[in-house]
Amino acid sequence: MMFTPENLERARAIVARYPRAKSAILPLAHLAQDQDGWLSPEAMREIAALTRVEPAEVLGTCSFYTMFKRDPVGRLVVSVCTNVTCLVTGGPEVLEHLARRYDDDDVYVEEVECLAACGGAPAMQVNYEFHEGLTPEMAEEIVEAYKRGELIPRGVSGGRVS
Amino acid sequence: MTVTETRVITKRIHDRPEDSWTIDGALASGAYEGLRAAFAMGRDAIGEEQVKASGLRGRGGAGFPTATKWSFLPAGSYPRYLVVNADEGEPSTFKDRMLIERDPHQLIEGIAIAAFAIECNLAFVYIRGEFALGYERLEQAVAEAKAKGFLGMNILGSGFDLDIVVHRGAGAYICGEETALLESLEGERGMPRIRPPFPAIEGLYAKPTVVNNVETISTLPHIVRMGGEEYAKLGVDRSTGTRVFSLSGHVKRPGNYEVELGVTFRDLLYSPELGGGITDDRKVKFFIPGGASSQWLTGADEHLDAPLDMDFLEQNLGVMLGSGAVMVFDETVNPALVAWRLAKFFADESCGKCTPCREGTGWVEKVLYRIAHGQGRPQDFDMLLDVCDNISPGVTTAPFAQTTICPLGPSVVSPVASLQKYFRDEVLAMCTGPSTIPVSAS
Amino acid sequence: MNLVSVTIDGREVQVPAGELLIKVAQEHGTYIPRFCWHERMKPVGMCRMCLVEVEGVRGLPPACTTPVTDGMVVRTKTPAVKKVQDGVLELLLVNHPLDCPVCDRGGECPLQDTTLAFGPGESRFVEEKRHWEKPIPVSDLVLLDRERCIQCARCTRFADEIAGDPLISFGERGGQTEIITFPDEPFASYFSGNTVQICPVGALTAKPYRFRARPWDLTGAETSCVTCAVHCRGALESTSNQLVRLLGVDSEPVNQGWLCDKGRYGYEAVNADERVRHPMIRKRGELVECSWPEALDAAADGIQRALDLNGPQSVALLGGANGTNEEAYAWARLAKSVLRTDNVDAQLGDGLPAEVVLGLPRALIADLDRARGIVLLGPDLKEELPVLYLRMRRAAVELGVPLIEIAPRDTGCSRYASARLRPVPGEQAGIARRLAAAVGGAPSGDADIDEAAVLLAGRDGDVVVVLGRGDLAESAATTVAAAAELGALPGAKFLVALRRANVRGALDLGLAPGFLPGRVTLAEGGDHFAQAWGGVPAAPGLGALGILGAASEGRIHALVLAGSDPVGGCPDRSLARNAIAAAGFVIAVDTFVTESNKRADVFLPVTMWGEESGTVTNVEGRVQRVAQKVSPEGIAMPEWRIAAELALRLGVDFGFEAVEEVTDEIARVAPAHAGVDTTLLRRARDGVVLPVAEHPDELHFGRAGVGLAGASWDPILPTPAEVVADAPVEPVEPVERQMPALHVWSREVPDGSASAPARDAYALRLVSGRTLYDGGITVTLSPSMAQLAPRAVLLVNPHDRDRIGVSDGDEVRVTSARTSMNLVLRGDAATSAGCAFLPFNLPGPGASDLIDASAPVTDLRVESIR
Ligand SMILES: Cc1cc2nc3c(=O)[nH]c(=O)nc-3n(C[C@H](O)[C@H](O)[C@H](O)COP(=O)(O)O)c2cc1C
Ligand code: SF4
Ligand code: FES
Repeated sequence: MMFTPENLERARAIVARYPRAKSAILPLAHLAQDQDGWLSPEAMREIAALTRVEPAEVLGTCSFYTMFKRDPVGRLVVSVCTNVTCLVTGGPEVLEHLARRYDDDDVYVEEVECLAACGGAPAMQVNYEFHEGLTPEMAEEIVEAYKRGELIPRGVSGGRVS
Repeated sequence: MTVTETRVITKRIHDRPEDSWTIDGALASGAYEGLRAAFAMGRDAIGEEQVKASGLRGRGGAGFPTATKWSFLPAGSYPRYLVVNADEGEPSTFKDRMLIERDPHQLIEGIAIAAFAIECNLAFVYIRGEFALGYERLEQAVAEAKAKGFLGMNILGSGFDLDIVVHRGAGAYICGEETALLESLEGERGMPRIRPPFPAIEGLYAKPTVVNNVETISTLPHIVRMGGEEYAKLGVDRSTGTRVFSLSGHVKRPGNYEVELGVTFRDLLYSPELGGGITDDRKVKFFIPGGASSQWLTGADEHLDAPLDMDFLEQNLGVMLGSGAVMVFDETVNPALVAWRLAKFFADESCGKCTPCREGTGWVEKVLYRIAHGQGRPQDFDMLLDVCDNISPGVTTAPFAQTTICPLGPSVVSPVASLQKYFRDEVLAMCTGPSTIPVSAS
Repeated sequence: MNLVSVTIDGREVQVPAGELLIKVAQEHGTYIPRFCWHERMKPVGMCRMCLVEVEGVRGLPPACTTPVTDGMVVRTKTPAVKKVQDGVLELLLVNHPLDCPVCDRGGECPLQDTTLAFGPGESRFVEEKRHWEKPIPVSDLVLLDRERCIQCARCTRFADEIAGDPLISFGERGGQTEIITFPDEPFASYFSGNTVQICPVGALTAKPYRFRARPWDLTGAETSCVTCAVHCRGALESTSNQLVRLLGVDSEPVNQGWLCDKGRYGYEAVNADERVRHPMIRKRGELVECSWPEALDAAADGIQRALDLNGPQSVALLGGANGTNEEAYAWARLAKSVLRTDNVDAQLGDGLPAEVVLGLPRALIADLDRARGIVLLGPDLKEELPVLYLRMRRAAVELGVPLIEIAPRDTGCSRYASARLRPVPGEQAGIARRLAAAVGGAPSGDADIDEAAVLLAGRDGDVVVVLGRGDLAESAATTVAAAAELGALPGAKFLVALRRANVRGALDLGLAPGFLPGRVTLAEGGDHFAQAWGGVPAAPGLGALGILGAASEGRIHALVLAGSDPVGGCPDRSLARNAIAAAGFVIAVDTFVTESNKRADVFLPVTMWGEESGTVTNVEGRVQRVAQKVSPEGIAMPEWRIAAELALRLGVDFGFEAVEEVTDEIARVAPAHAGVDTTLLRRARDGVVLPVAEHPDELHFGRAGVGLAGASWDPILPTPAEVVADAPVEPVEPVERQMPALHVWSREVPDGSASAPARDAYALRLVSGRTLYDGGITVTLSPSMAQLAPRAVLLVNPHDRDRIGVSDGDEVRVTSARTSMNLVLRGDAATSAGCAFLPFNLPGPGASDLIDASAPVTDLRVESIR
């Protein structure tokens, strides 16, 4: 990939915000992921050039963080919490249902740690938009609403898709 | 049981549910008055007088006195950085997300006051990557604040300049640990640093740095406006003021409640305006105060009647108030399953730097999985205790030591130690698998 | 030094304040187990193996991150410490494959050893272990087995902190943490082999060594690597009379434990099939095997004939820089006293004149650490003297020494330079003059030069000039002129960056025209040596370019090539070719057949490194010993013996029976080497810096320190042969005899040499320098490295590329005054506009075909051939 001209300009502005260029690795990786839907090796190479480090350092950093998807994941990332509050309020059931229901290239279902939505457990995010107080059926209906275009997904790492 | 909320930092959120996060909503409810007051009273009066007098202790987990932390900055050494810890990842803690999403201007005002007090001109907010809405609102609020002259050059004619960079994490609980956070902010893998040097001496970019939690910072405008002494009248002893508790699990009214420190767990769980009692009126089997890293308490009276007072809990019950999360589990819950899930959390989130944490959390998770799923061997639980003792020597005699750099690894010991304290027989009853055949977990 | 008192396991010791506990404990006999800590790298405190009890400190602090403070009371063997040591080892092993029987490290594995010494008896882990594909290559030379890795970060820290090549990193996290490289970007570091050495398990293994030997079958000897002129200390190991491994030894003043990969794996060439194993003489146009007496007689006859018919001026010797000091000395004595010829040169017109090298104010390698500033006017150290590059990088990056680079294009050092001055070939003296003037208070008006001058004023100490040939396409005279200018910098000292093996030793021992052994000129030392030897040349002779010129004109009737390959090494290849073709009688003293020696009349096969002991002298003038580890292949002979045999046949008996006698004769007769005899060398741990009387502080006798016996992963410390337990440093006896004065360079700029002709607008000025992996025998005959030499590509500034009208990867026609050739071209921002870079000495036609050594610079015409 290459950053689009607008994103390249954004990327340069991001680098300039920090006293050290390397600090921009995470924001640039978010930017690349929102643009492409995943964080490709080419993107990491370009981030390395922009932050003046080796690509291995970008990969080393990015692979530490679970939000960065280093394989294409489709349009919707559905993150279901199963940490303890959700564990005892039905999170695993939601996860199991969605994982079985969506085995496709468009919807990527993942198990995640506590999303800080325990007041509304069980909870999930679709492209980092919160949905709380779920049952398996409600969860499926929400995903369907995204698929039908009634709900608008954000970029894969939570930035608005422009 | 008529304990109610004492709304200081959550007041605007409740008063203006429709627009508390907008600049108009915020200005209509007194935002940035604290900042004006701060400029009026002068730099030194903030930290050394008001914040000190307020007794404010960090709301991020460790409860360290905020004024003391600021005072560690070496004199004459610049630049200095302020970093706000908005990485909220401690299981069942969800107060910071609310404070960011619903009242970002209160946070920005607090940042400006703190930055002014410690002579910092560039502040960072490290916000958890998954908080997409919070990030959007905070960025928006920073832009609005800049437009209104609450940020930028020569703020409100004070001669003080401040810029804020909002930096998103990307899915790593450990980046809530302050030195891992700084590594992450520098574009590195979020692995905690060896201390000393502490961040106050060598923090971000090896410069003196203060790291404070969102709630801690959000409290500052109120301390400045009320006066530190007035604020200190709230709360109890060395646990002054209010705190926002994230109440979750088997209660009728889960949610964030801001109460004065010193009320009891029973108040929090059962007051009609707070937790409202246990779901389906069952009994509390156990609850976890202070987030996943804390040891557990049970439905026993001496636990329920304990006050929300950091020192009391630590000294008398060996638990911490931590991040202010209270997870409640009723009689139907298998404690071994909860312990396993917490161990899985720590194994998933270990940064991998220290051997005992990298290898130990995974081991503990695997054994607890077997136990919780009926594949435990009779000898497993005592072996587990011994493995935990190697991660955290003195496991059964809190406060324990640690063999690791940060407390994440040793936190995996908390659920195991709690099982040992309160549910040993129940756990052993699950360990009926063959004792010799190696079993392989998931 | 500020000492504090610390009690370790009940024993009170005085130690330097601020040192790490793990280090001071070790130095005082208490070994605290560790995996991640390495003395030469920053502590990370990751493995948690070194936990100890410190009175008054809560918990168990790691000894590797805890600095000692006064009154500290430490306990390293309490039950609590023992318990966590057991615990950490058990945890390290839960995911470890325990495949010791098939692991290269088995038998010398720190994890294995530490488990035996400190660990639990058995593991209680019954779950499934982590699995990974294994092993995977991380570079051409190194393989990674992630299952064995214990995540100590030694390799990644080495790559980042020491080598400056952060091409390996940790990836993923927690229990999934693994060492990664970026896809298609291997760990192509010149220093990758060091990671194999310091890995505390068998996770990283070296392709050349894999499955070659078991540690218990190896025997080792301490030696110096002579792949380049830094002479890193190493432990050379063999099994069944085959060299199989070289490990870095930690010599503080020289290599601090590190080796480059070319040095580390270059022993492969010693075992190469192509080695010439028998003497040969030319019969009916063919080189055929013969006996030693036959070959030596033929060689002596050939020389004698030339002497008889055309006198000493018709005899010449090139070489002597690839052997030991003893060999160089024997050649010098043969040539200068027996043959009476001064047509002798250890260099090939690719270095610097001996009067400069031998007479400059000298700097030590360690002076880089404490310099006011470093001025780099020389080759790309990363390519030519790799471990010196590490030292310089450390000075610049870790120790804050300002580095000023004067080079026509970016080098491996440029990224660490605080100022970069970019002369076009021919202009370096001018820049040097302006820099010296600016430092002296006369601003040059050029912002870069003035900034560099400010940097050189910021600290105390001397300025160290690293001086060498940054560009082989321009004549040495321009460098000499620049050196003369830089000599005016405050406290300027020079570290001469000459690369060829023992070139420094050879020059010191008189293998240069106008010089005699011990850094004395023929004029100054003539009488002394006439007495010692019985005769010296009547007048100064020719240097390498002069000899080759004379040979091409048919004036050299006997030419000795002592390990010298002019066709490969001389910047002017056609001159070298013509010279060899026209030389009367050629005696090759060598190990392999090369283009230069293949038409020799006599071929005398010699021993290689590892097959013969002796001494060598590195770039800073440090004499160190090299060891014989295996017996020579076939019937190769050491060069000193060949020289002595030839002398005997020409009527002079040197009387050498053993190499030590040569060493001792040098110590007796060579002024700079006075007193440096076998007795002193055996006892001096870090060798001896010449002249010894001027460098008493560099002499270290006695014990090497406490290391883990047999452990290669922690710094291996040098050991003197005669270990004198805690012996006091004895003053070196001043040498009484009346010796000729050592040569001092007058800093005169050779006449008119510095002026280069103007470049016409369409020409590009050629810059040529070496790459580490090249067309030399070490690389081409080491199977593991043979593939690593890059392809010769002409690099030009992108503007010039566009002006020529070609794209990257296109072939172009390149024409110099000498010849034309087709080359692939690429744009390269690191090359200045108006210059073209072509690496030197890669296999096939290249820069030296284009260069005319008699011209000050080489201009090229580059044309598209599309
Ligand atoms: C594993 C770990 C995770 C943490 N996570 C958070 C967090 O998400 N938010 C937070 O404010 N503090 C967190 N902390 C505490 C911080 O290290 C630090 O003490 C805090 O940000 C200081 O702010 P305060 O003084 O205002 O409380 C964490 C600590 C540890 C050891
Ligand atoms: S305890 Fe765990 S999370 Fe903390 S530094 Fe060590 S390995 Fe990382
Ligand atoms: S040697 Fe100290 S933690 Fe590894």
